[in-house]
Amino acid sequence: MSDIALRMDHVFKRFRRGELHDSLRDLVPALVKRAVRRDRERALAPQEFWVLNDVCLDIQRGETVGIIGHNGAGKSTMLKHLSGIMEPTRGRIEVRGRLSALIEVGAGFHPDLTGRENVYLNGVILGMTRSEIRRKFDEIVDFAGLEDFIDTPVKRYSSGMFARLGFSVAAHLEPDILVIDEVLSVGDFAFQRKGLEKMRAVAQSGATVIFVSHNLQAVAEFCKRTILLDHGRVVADGPTDGVVRQYLDTGALEKGHRAAGPVRVARAAVTGIRGETSRFDSGTRARVDVDLEANTVAERVAVVLELKNTDFYEVFNTSSERLGHPPITLAAGERARCTFEVDLHLGPGTYYLGVHLYRYDRQQSYDHVFPATSFVVAADRDVRGAANLYPSVTGFAVQPPGPVPVEPAVSAPASAAAP
Amino acid sequence: MQWLRELMRYRELLYMLSWREVRIRYKQSVMGLLWAVLMPVIITLAGVIVRVAVAKVSGRTVSGADIGAIGVKSLPWAFFISALRFGTMSLAGNSNLVTKIKFPRLVFPLSAVLTSLVDFAVASPLLLILLPLSGVRPSLAMLWAPFLFLVLVAFTVGLTVLCSAANLFFRDVKYLVEVALTFAIFFTPVLYDADMAGSWRWLIMLNPVAPVLEGLNAAVVHGRQPDLLWLGYSAGIAFLFCVGGIAFFKRLEPRFAESV
Repeated sequence: MSDIALRMDHVFKRFRRGELHDSLRDLVPALVKRAVRRDRERALAPQEFWVLNDVCLDIQRGETVGIIGHNGAGKSTMLKHLSGIMEPTRGRIEVRGRLSALIEVGAGFHPDLTGRENVYLNGVILGMTRSEIRRKFDEIVDFAGLEDFIDTPVKRYSSGMFARLGFSVAAHLEPDILVIDEVLSVGDFAFQRKGLEKMRAVAQSGATVIFVSHNLQAVAEFCKRTILLDHGRVVADGPTDGVVRQYLDTGALEKGHRAAGPVRVARAAVTGIRGETSRFDSGTRARVDVDLEANTVAERVAVVLELKNTDFYEVFNTSSERLGHPPITLAAGERARCTFEVDLHLGPGTYYLGVHLYRYDRQQSYDHVFPATSFVVAADRDVRGAANLYPSVTGFAVQPPGPVPVEPAVSAPASAAAP
Repeated sequence: MQWLRELMRYRELLYMLSWREVRIRYKQSVMGLLWAVLMPVIITLAGVIVRVAVAKVSGRTVSGADIGAIGVKSLPWAFFISALRFGTMSLAGNSNLVTKIKFPRLVFPLSAVLTSLVDFAVASPLLLILLPLSGVRPSLAMLWAPFLFLVLVAFTVGLTVLCSAANLFFRDVKYLVEVALTFAIFFTPVLYDADMAGSWRWLIMLNPVAPVLEGLNAAVVHGRQPDLLWLGYSAGIAFLFCVGGIAFFKRLEPRFAESV
């Protein structure tokens, strides 16, 4: 039992919807109410809900654990409890060892201070000592790739540079337990890779890593064990593969997806030419219908489709706009349907379709649902991978000695054959 | 007392946050360090004008000691109001740190007090010029000054800690503090002496800052021992605020992250 790094024991946390009493004149009635009742024991008032509901959790030293769940499932709240920023309404949390939480990169950065000054400031805020930072300073700057700008005020940095420096400081902490919230989604692709590598190194050094992310691919790659949260409850806890599958199968749409924005994805469906909806033969022509519903006026909406395989690798991505169809504007309450036609030249396997409603001219995201739906593709021949190139073997024999004969290309287009 | 041990562990953070404030304040301004000097100088000048005007009306004269007294009281007063003003907003102003990172929240109001202390230290050499000019000579009683100032710092810490936490829960607290500070100079013997109130002196001395300022005046300018009875009262209040304010703060601390 001594190997437990972190334990949550029947943890409850109550939140209130709507406004808290924010000014002094609301205080008196609230105080009277509180004096009459004991806070810990009481049941939920109508405005309240459990953002964490009876969470029990044991995490062993050296484990890498992912936490996934839909928006509002309680992931961030859970992290804030683990890192001690919030305290539970009920229950106990035990942490053994030095814990560092990366909930925001560049916390405490001040735009008027130089990169160098901010590294020290941020490092100390994250719990390093100044001598520790002095020792690792060159390494930190080197990792961020900002040697030439380290004495420039960070207000002149691009947002990518800002994030890289912030992440770099954080990556050089040496905690026993590292809690990370989505921070890997900063910077360009190369830097994200670098960040993930660094996290892996931290994990390999024997630290416990807890990773909260929407990036299922990163979770799948990085964490052996994953916890699925839904409405503040742990609904699944086990090997990443199975838990992620369960998460995807529950699907965001079926869960009563509600986007706060002006327009949301109401439904997405794939239908094959023979009317099939969940299992398709490789190469089948299919229709993708996306139904949208506007809450308020939504201008210049375009529909983006993304298709991912079970490794969450993006197999395919397209959009109405990029295919040349102009965006549409919806009035409040209006519905619309966008229909794509595709040929499913896919390798056998399970695929997840995500839908993104996007406004291109403002680069504004209206709604993003992943996965909106999923389906299975079967192939008649044994091919593997994401695509089906319909291979066949046309020759396989031992060659006679002598020069290798040059064969003409297979059914080359007429124009290419006649120069 | 556990908070004190915790605070010791985070003293580097306290240092860095104060350093950040000082650095920012002096970095991007044309006046730089002069900022720290400006406030007490303006208060002193205002005081001198008021004194001269009052003297003209009542037909008295303004002595050098009167001017010295205003200088001696303006500096600590400038410290007090700037610490309280910045400190009250320190928690709400750093809400991204309060909601994202775990460390003792006391460092925020304390660093505001420390920052104002730095300003005070920068401005205090002014007195070395002003006092000799107003005819004040060194005396043994001046040794009271550090102790008197310590009482003021303790009171400031208590009040600042209290207000910063209150401001997080009720955003109108900072306006209350602002209004209170604007008028406080009328109720505090900075520009005038408590003795000028005659038999109402006790009313003015009830303000915990008043005995400190009057004590500084007595000890530094006049070379006398401060009024120990009132000083004891002031120190007692300062102690109560310090202990009570920190206890209040620690009690509410777990709820800060949700209330921002």
